[in-house]
Amino acid sequence: MASYFVGAAVVLMVPLFACLYRAAIGPLAADRVISINVIGTKTVAIIALVSFGYGETYYLDVAVVYALISFIMTIGVAKYLEYHDIE
Amino acid sequence: MLLTAITLVLLAGGVFFFTVGTIGLLRLPDVYTRMHATAKCDTLGLGLILAGLAIYSGISLNSAKLLMIAAVVWLTNPTATHVIAKAVYDSEPRRQQKGVSGGHD
Repeated sequence: MASYFVGAAVVLMVPLFACLYRAAIGPLAADRVISINVIGTKTVAIIALVSFGYGETYYLDVAVVYALISFIMTIGVAKYLEYHDIE
Repeated sequence: MLLTAITLVLLAGGVFFFTVGTIGLLRLPDVYTRMHATAKCDTLGLGLILAGLAIYSGISLNSAKLLMIAAVVWLTNPTATHVIAKAVYDSEPRRQQKGVSGGHD
């Protein structure tokens, strides 16, 4: 069963790098922000899958913290896009 | 055996929705439609994967943590998408020329 979890994590790497392509070429800055947001979501899923695949479930705390930090990053960049200032 | 089958089906569904959202992110023509596509990644993809892992681990501290991750992501990701959409919509050049505000404040 652990191999299925690791396999799903490896399969998820393919759309993750596809999102990285959109983040590289995206015409607007908002496209890049959306791409990085989706990459953060996929990273949370990959951390959860890897924690179950390796049987070390304290990695789930890392996933919680990563979700929160990804949200802060997105809000900061969106605020900069709208007001051209982060205050 | 049944729990294993349910877990595998949920994981496959999650990977499927992540792939669909990524295809939408790559193929759709506009920034708003790309936001619409990536919402499927956030809600259905991560939700199904975490539900599969929670069913696999049963009632324990790990499933509580997984539900907490799902709750955090389902709260924060639509909020973040809304804020980005508002920023893009207000900073469009056409709206700035007409001097029209976003109408949200």
